[in-house]
Amino acid sequence: MAQDRPTAAELLAAIADFLREEATPALDRTEARLGFQMRVAVNSLAILEREVRLGPAADSREHERLVALLGRKATLDELNRELARQLRSGERDESDTALMTHLEATIADKIAIANPKWR
Amino acid sequence: MNVHTSTETETVARVLGEATHRHFGAPAAIEDLSRQSGGASRQTWSFDAVVNGERHALILRRDPPAQGKTERERAVAIDRATEFRVLRAAHDAGVRAPEPLFELTPRDGLGEAYVMRRVGGIAIARKLLRDAPYEAARGRIAGQLGEILARIHATDPATLPPLMRREAADHIAGLRRSLDALAQPQPVFELALTWLDRRKPAPLDRPVLVHGDYRTGNYLVDETGVTTILDWELAHLGDPVEDLGWLCVKSWRFGAIDKPAGGFGSREELWAAYERAGGGTVDPVRAHWWEVFGTVHWGIICLNQAWKHLSGSIKSMEHASIGRRAVETEVDLLQLLKQGA
Repeated sequence: MAQDRPTAAELLAAIADFLREEATPALDRTEARLGFQMRVAVNSLAILEREVRLGPAADSREHERLVALLGRKATLDELNRELARQLRSGERDESDTALMTHLEATIADKIAIANPKWR
Repeated sequence: MNVHTSTETETVARVLGEATHRHFGAPAAIEDLSRQSGGASRQTWSFDAVVNGERHALILRRDPPAQGKTERERAVAIDRATEFRVLRAAHDAGVRAPEPLFELTPRDGLGEAYVMRRVGGIAIARKLLRDAPYEAARGRIAGQLGEILARIHATDPATLPPLMRREAADHIAGLRRSLDALAQPQPVFELALTWLDRRKPAPLDRPVLVHGDYRTGNYLVDETGVTTILDWELAHLGDPVEDLGWLCVKSWRFGAIDKPAGGFGSREELWAAYERAGGGTVDPVRAHWWEVFGTVHWGIICLNQAWKHLSGSIKSMEHASIGRRAVETEVDLLQLLKQGA
């Protein structure tokens, strides 16, 4: 059964906003070390908010690309294990344009969740 | 992070009082003792010792009896006694390194530990890159880092304690073992390690003292520039270009991405200063190889930091969150492999 609003992403965003705007400044005044830790926590909540929103579609795109690249059906984890094996053995390398297109798309989706400001 | 109790601080103060007394040959009052940020396993404490009316600004480096080290840290990090002797050799060779004073003994009961002099300056990249007092220093840091590194690499091997020799092939094997232990498939890191394996530089006839963690965050700067190089626990013998490559990994630029030398200058500026100070001629292909290596290395360190939390060896949200930084190096690796194919 669907939950009521707020959605998971909305609730995570609300928590992160509260901690960033109200709790962190109060902590900075009293306990600087915990203020730093709180920034780490707020940053992690922002990652989770993006993951809840963007993760499922990113995973299914990655899965589709891997099925096409490796030419077989299996779970996302199994396909990534097979790809990692081929890359360690050197069966595939950076000269494979289909591989590189897949990796660039996968990493673009990953960084959009983990740290969209990274350049 | 562990919250240390007042009991621990009192114990450390008492032991430092006795050990400092032994070293200076006169009673010592221990003042302003405080634990600096840092891991639970490798602690740094700051304190003053007042001896015969003279105030000595000091640092205690200490590993409490084994806790929280990963297999990889046990395999690559040197112990405190070795670190003490590396510091001694580097300091005596004129490197801007903290002056080591004395070691504690097993009977002191603090684990592996030694005391060194405290040097002024800050290590916080965010401040160094942006705050007004460091404006003049910013223009000098890249060149100073090149000069100091040339001097580190010129340290006479005969003055050093026994150190591991680690060449390119050893590093690659070590990182692959780490990936196997983490048991989570990492296609981009595998791709980069195979790229590195196929192009690895030949071992040197005469390996040099490699600092092993020469990067922004691990040196102190005041208004005049770099005052001292810290964090020698990954010192080993190997290829000097390893340190030059590591310093240029994008993760230490803290947003100053157009300044590869630690966020403060160009690669060419760094290499020129290194060569002028007596370091060897820097081969750009070799430097690129070590920069790619450093980028994979940092990515896998991020995964390992998270693993410390996930495996239960350290309960730490901060460690856990570092795992999500690994992807930053995957972005960088795909860029680097395009540039230098």
